[in-house]
Amino acid sequence: MSEITDTLETAIENPVSGIDQASGNFKYEMTYDFDAGTGLNERTVDYISSVKKEAPWVHEFRQNALKTFFSKPLPTHWASKDLENINFDKIRYYLSQGLKPKRTWDEVPADIKRTFERLGIPEQERKFLAGVEAQFDSEAAYSNIKEAVSKQGVIFVNSTEGLREHPEIFRKYFGKVIPTSDNKFSALNSAVFSGGSFIYVPPGVKVSHPLQAYFRINAENFGQFERTLIICDEGAELTYMEGCTAPKFSTATLHSAVVELVALKGAKIQYITVQNWSSNVFNLVTKRGLAHEESEIKWIDCNIGSRLTMKYPGVVLRGRKARGEVISIALANDGQHQDTGAKMIHAADETTSTVVSKSISVGQGRATYRGVVHIPRHLKGCKNNTECDALLINTNSRTDTYPAITVRGDKHAVQHEASVSKVSAEQIFYMQQRGLTEGQAMSLSVNGFINDLARQFPMEYSVELKRLIDLEMEGSVG
Amino acid sequence: MPGTLPETAADLVGGFTPEVFAAHLASLPSAPAWWLERKRAAYARFEALPMPSRTDEGWRFSNLSGVRIDGFSPAEPGHARSPAALEVESSATLSFLNGLPAGAAPVAPALAARGVVVSTLLEAVARHPELLREHFMAQPQKLGSPKFAALHEAFVRDGAFIYVPRGVEVEKPIIVVHAAAGAGTAVFPHTLVIAEDNAKVSVVDYFASVDGARQFACGANDLYAGHGAKVAYAAAQCWSLETLSLQFNSTVVRRDARVQSLNVHLGARQARHESLSQLQAPGGFSEMLAVTVASGAHEFDQRTLQIHQAPNTKSDLLYKNALLDASRTIFSGLIIVDPDAQKTDAYQSNRNLMLSDDAESNSLPGLEIQANDVRCTHGATSSRIDPEQEFYLKSRGIPPKAANELLIFGFFEEVLDRLESEDLHAALRALIRSRFTA
Repeated sequence: MSEITDTLETAIENPVSGIDQASGNFKYEMTYDFDAGTGLNERTVDYISSVKKEAPWVHEFRQNALKTFFSKPLPTHWASKDLENINFDKIRYYLSQGLKPKRTWDEVPADIKRTFERLGIPEQERKFLAGVEAQFDSEAAYSNIKEAVSKQGVIFVNSTEGLREHPEIFRKYFGKVIPTSDNKFSALNSAVFSGGSFIYVPPGVKVSHPLQAYFRINAENFGQFERTLIICDEGAELTYMEGCTAPKFSTATLHSAVVELVALKGAKIQYITVQNWSSNVFNLVTKRGLAHEESEIKWIDCNIGSRLTMKYPGVVLRGRKARGEVISIALANDGQHQDTGAKMIHAADETTSTVVSKSISVGQGRATYRGVVHIPRHLKGCKNNTECDALLINTNSRTDTYPAITVRGDKHAVQHEASVSKVSAEQIFYMQQRGLTEGQAMSLSVNGFINDLARQFPMEYSVELKRLIDLEMEGSVG
Repeated sequence: MPGTLPETAADLVGGFTPEVFAAHLASLPSAPAWWLERKRAAYARFEALPMPSRTDEGWRFSNLSGVRIDGFSPAEPGHARSPAALEVESSATLSFLNGLPAGAAPVAPALAARGVVVSTLLEAVARHPELLREHFMAQPQKLGSPKFAALHEAFVRDGAFIYVPRGVEVEKPIIVVHAAAGAGTAVFPHTLVIAEDNAKVSVVDYFASVDGARQFACGANDLYAGHGAKVAYAAAQCWSLETLSLQFNSTVVRRDARVQSLNVHLGARQARHESLSQLQAPGGFSEMLAVTVASGAHEFDQRTLQIHQAPNTKSDLLYKNALLDASRTIFSGLIIVDPDAQKTDAYQSNRNLMLSDDAESNSLPGLEIQANDVRCTHGATSSRIDPEQEFYLKSRGIPPKAANELLIFGFFEEVLDRLESEDLHAALRALIRSRFTA
């Protein structure tokens, strides 16, 4: 264990700045069999494509995306100027030890396995998951689905396998919900994507337990670009959870995923994220779902880690009576900017959407809500309800709200409300005189603020979330 | 910007070429040198600044192709008659036609003796240069139009100057009429209101077109409320339905001062209204109200900014839009709470009443909060008339058209009710009504 480059001590010295990353803040030295080198050009893309033995159309898709990436400016006219600190020439775009994920933990190389064991993934799998994929840098090291679930026809593989072995299912939807040119980072992902989950649930199949993916960044100066595509066929139901960690390096790390969901008629998809990257990770993710008739897509998005997160999960409500929902929890501590939100694009009659966002800013942390609600011409009976609440803990904490709501026509009802507040001094006083310390009272109060949202998480996750918040709140007062 | 063609000099100035500007300066032979110098500096800024572009956040959702400033030229001295002022009992009136004075009813001698000044801007340039230097266009342009504000400053010909000294209260409103006549005319109306410490004043701006022709109005009004002052400002914007209107408002609120400003927008083909409220000292309160009737293919673009720069300040914004036909509205509001502006109480509300299937409302209610002990809330809604209310009126035998009107007036009444003057309330209600019957 001597090779652990651990920075737990720093976390202990400064409980506010780093403790949320503590559980993931360790690193084992690795040797990689495949390495695309540093920097990005056409040869990087060729290398990734040839290592993966991809079909010509995928290779072409990547090369076109690379051109789009180079041609697009950074969105700094509205977004944080911190984006300019990303040096695309200093990033390693592909690192893997092997291409084929293992089906049992025993086959996973020991140095990778101990990482995931330390993160508790195999244990969680035994306890309550229907399937797990564990991605280590660029590729999945482990991927397994319980036999009972695969017998129902559910496909759960990584993106490399999905494109190679099931093109008839995935090609039809790949890049269709989020086009390459959607934004600079979706273009980057489209050029160099690797890993991520490809899931197909056949008609009428209701997957009773969640499928989970765990993303781990291990290497310094690395960029992780997983690509996830989930298709729920008519009447199917799925809950998918993802978690992520990285050790804390002195240099910045980039994570830029693209996640596409397709819910066909009457399907239900619930996508849960607990983002706990270390505080040097730029987390720039594009997530969008396409909801057909009477289907439902729900994003539960919880952001605790990273240096800068820019992520606005969206739902395109394409079919009549489709429903979209985003539940967003963000916690921004010193040095962090959680720029999160939601996009609800109504494109059919009687579609409804709900956004509930709660953010907590601690120390000099900054939490931003950015949202889009769009109801185009000549639809009827569309509804949106958006609520954003921000809690500011310290005098110099910061929060922003930037929604954009476009409504056309007189047959809709759209409502947006936001409020900003601090922890009630009376509540804290009451709890203190009942014997709690100020810190405990603060934690309790903050947990109360997000309690109604946290309850929507599967129990294991909501317990974890509560623990993370308790840790974050330690030392934030006084 | 890469990919966009560089703007040519002609694109940048439209009809307001250096020759036109020289002619404008020549039309002000009696103006002092410092005033002309200021105008030259403003023109240089106007010439140099780019036109707003699609990537400007301050112009998000705006129809930029409608903001063309070619084909307009500064108004020639007209001989048309000025429109009648509002039927509101007043302390004084000032009228302007195409930017030139067109009649005035001076302030009562008793008030004048106490130092109250209601004069034209050019008179004030001569007599009160120190006040103009301090307050005329002195606040930052933070809402996207520094170019057009510079255009205003370069070409403003005359306007209203209202000064109320310390502790003096002017009870009845002062009415200012800004009228435009002639096709292709550009006017630059200006109203400057200075209420010194503990003064009280009420001012009404009335913008109207004499002939209904296509005009360009590029106006500004500056409100300054000293410590403990009370300023009530109302504007009725009734330009012709062909007019391009850009209006910039700045409000400065000092310690324990209260400012209420209400903008009623009824005219123009495309109107942009920028309103900046700066709460600079504890106890200040700014109430920002607006009522808009948008019809035809018109666009109303409202941008607001409430900046809380000191602790214990309060702001309350309520903007209501009724959208008919294929009209569009944009409301983009931002509350900024500076670090240390603890105990801020800020509210912002935008309500859109959708009355047509072709109408489009855009709401961007924003917050930037950097202090934790605050109460900041905003809300935005876009919806049709409540079907239950509609049904109720129907069941009482009220014809649908009349019922609709009642409900629309009920919608606006929440804003108009906040006016202190019943006189003014009635006059504005009548103006709104005429918009529906026209």
